Amino acid sequence: MTNTVLEIKNLKVSVEGKEILKGVDLTIKSGEIHALMGPNGAGKSTLGQTLVGHPNYKITGGKILINGRDLTNAYPEERAKAGLFLAFQSPIAIPGVKISTFLRTAYNDLYPNEKMSLRDFFNMVKTAMNDLEMNESFISRAINDGFSGGERKRFEVLQMIVLKPKIAILDEIDSGLDVDALKLVSAEIKKLHDQNIGFLVITHYQRILKDIIPEFVHVLKDGKIVMNGNKEVSDKIEEEGYEWIKE
Amino acid sequence: MEYYDKDEEIERLTESLKNSKKSDFEFYDTIEPIYSTGKGLNRKTVEEISDIKKEPGWMRESRLKALDIFLSKPMPTWGPDLSGINFDNLTYYTRPGENKAKSWDDVDPKIKDTFTKLGIPAMEQKYLAGSVAQYDSEGVYGSLRKEWESKGVIFTDLDTAVQKYPDLVKEYYCKAIPPSDNKFAALNGAVWSGGSFLYVPKNVHIDLPLQTYFRMNGEQSGQFEHTIVIADEGASVHYIEGCTAPRYNTSSLHTAIVEIYARKNSNVKYTSVQNWSDSVYNLPVKRAWVDEGAHMDWVTGELGSKVTMIYPSSYLRGKGASTSNLQITLATKGTFKDAGGKAIHLAPDTTSRIVSKSISLDDGLTAYRGLVRMNEGASRAKSHVQCDALLINNDSKNYTYPFDEIYEPTAEFSHEATVGKIGTDELTYMRSRGLSEDEASSMIVLGFMDDIMKEIPMEFAVEMNRLVKLEMSKMGAVG
Repeated sequence: MTNTVLEIKNLKVSVEGKEILKGVDLTIKSGEIHALMGPNGAGKSTLGQTLVGHPNYKITGGKILINGRDLTNAYPEERAKAGLFLAFQSPIAIPGVKISTFLRTAYNDLYPNEKMSLRDFFNMVKTAMNDLEMNESFISRAINDGFSGGERKRFEVLQMIVLKPKIAILDEIDSGLDVDALKLVSAEIKKLHDQNIGFLVITHYQRILKDIIPEFVHVLKDGKIVMNGNKEVSDKIEEEGYEWIKE
Repeated sequence: MEYYDKDEEIERLTESLKNSKKSDFEFYDTIEPIYSTGKGLNRKTVEEISDIKKEPGWMRESRLKALDIFLSKPMPTWGPDLSGINFDNLTYYTRPGENKAKSWDDVDPKIKDTFTKLGIPAMEQKYLAGSVAQYDSEGVYGSLRKEWESKGVIFTDLDTAVQKYPDLVKEYYCKAIPPSDNKFAALNGAVWSGGSFLYVPKNVHIDLPLQTYFRMNGEQSGQFEHTIVIADEGASVHYIEGCTAPRYNTSSLHTAIVEIYARKNSNVKYTSVQNWSDSVYNLPVKRAWVDEGAHMDWVTGELGSKVTMIYPSSYLRGKGASTSNLQITLATKGTFKDAGGKAIHLAPDTTSRIVSKSISLDDGLTAYRGLVRMNEGASRAKSHVQCDALLINNDSKNYTYPFDEIYEPTAEFSHEATVGKIGTDELTYMRSRGLSEDEASSMIVLGFMDDIMKEIPMEFAVEMNRLVKLEMSKMGAVG
């Protein structure tokens, strides 16, 4: 198993001229689970979008590195090829674009040397769909088009399983999932964790952290990480909210 | 594995075409025509065409009358700029050879080679009940499977039909589209040559499509085919047309007429995908008469040409007649596609659905120009029009001109229109999974057309797929 390190160094990000992230430092390694918590508007989702390379999120300072390689200004597809994956908080619908075609193209782009046959590929996808209790016909639907909140989240997890990233950022993966679905999703995350994938779990509540125990908990407030700790921090946040954490 | 089989087929086919380019259809060959009327159009040209074809008197008369109408009508100015057409510089009739072959082996080897490059004989073998191939002005090949011939189906070029089935041709010729209709209908009436004649007898259902492929080769030439499709009572048929031409610096003109007669309780599907090179003015007139209980499906893809004006129309003449009209238009750099559908409701309980999807790339311009008319007495008639436009670049343009004339109080009519761009969020989402910008944007474009792609035969879908990917990769960055 190869080890991967995502380093975020003093990252500053503006959206439409307004500074949202004001110098964030984080290091996530293979096999680690980090939780990023914080009140609404702290900049949690901005961090996710910035890491994935959304052009509307302007990096005004700092660096993003994977295994020492500077990806601060890289295209989203270059980041994906370096092993980064974001499960979007609100995945967008793309009418008419079939999931099967999309997944297959993405896989071939990420692993050009594998030359996996179409049949083998779809068997792999099918297995993952079974694990997530998704109907096989799902694959012929268009990306997120007409999906319920829960279906969108499952599809994000399905993509993560199929595309095998090295570091995965999960932005509010638990929202929109009912208890049973959350269990399935958590089980998949644990499986991937066992395969040495590193996680950054972005969450407002700590519902999902009952199933996936983070080794590291970071609290983001007003664009800055104001606390680094462990499970005790998230437990205390659940009881007392964010008020006790001073900037 | 049923969910992936079609993907697998498309992937395989697209892969096999990967290294070819659009220009592969734009090659020109060195065939010298054996006869041409030379440049320009006058009474003598028309008489010459009629003489060559040894036509009956009524057809000759009809041509000359159409010529007078053509000369008397002004150029239409309400749509795209047509000033690039110089009627005096065009060649109106070019005969490639003597033969009309029933087997590919009997087709002039050079012409056969052209159609082989376009994949026509292979397509025919695989999924057609019959096929006609036209090269410049004349049909050069025609075949129909025995099974259908023995049931009384007629499928040939119109010239042959005028000679062999004059009464049947006379009954329908220019009934739905008389030369007086417009300048280009009149032009076709004067100089038409080639086109298909398809007659399906009562209650005959042809399960495989029939196809005609039109190839224009000559520079500064015109192709003026006239096609007539008749589905007699209770019959059903799917007729397909494909068209390509070489690229020249000077303009060519394609002015076809397609007349479709869907008789009582019949079912006709007409699919046409044109990929003319961008030196062609494409100004066809297509119209269907739809009788009681009959259904007419139009599926048209307007991919190529410099200027296209096309408005397939259904005249819903009998109670319960219905029509569906699906159209994709693609306007690439420097081209103008003015297209739309028309549905004329003349009887009770008639229904129509028009769906238009247009894509403008670079400074390409698409316009939707459609008409829904519901005459008084068309009780309970229903119509739905949907036009969606996708603008790829900042220079891309789309106009929408819907004409709705509703004279019947019990009729229902609705119209939806959207104009969109490829969004940053969509692109970022797809690219974050590893897709390049080209891949992501072509997938979004193909997804936008998906409703209609489903209705198009596999070979055309693959070609469309390839063309969109090619055009998107030429674009570079979207925006």
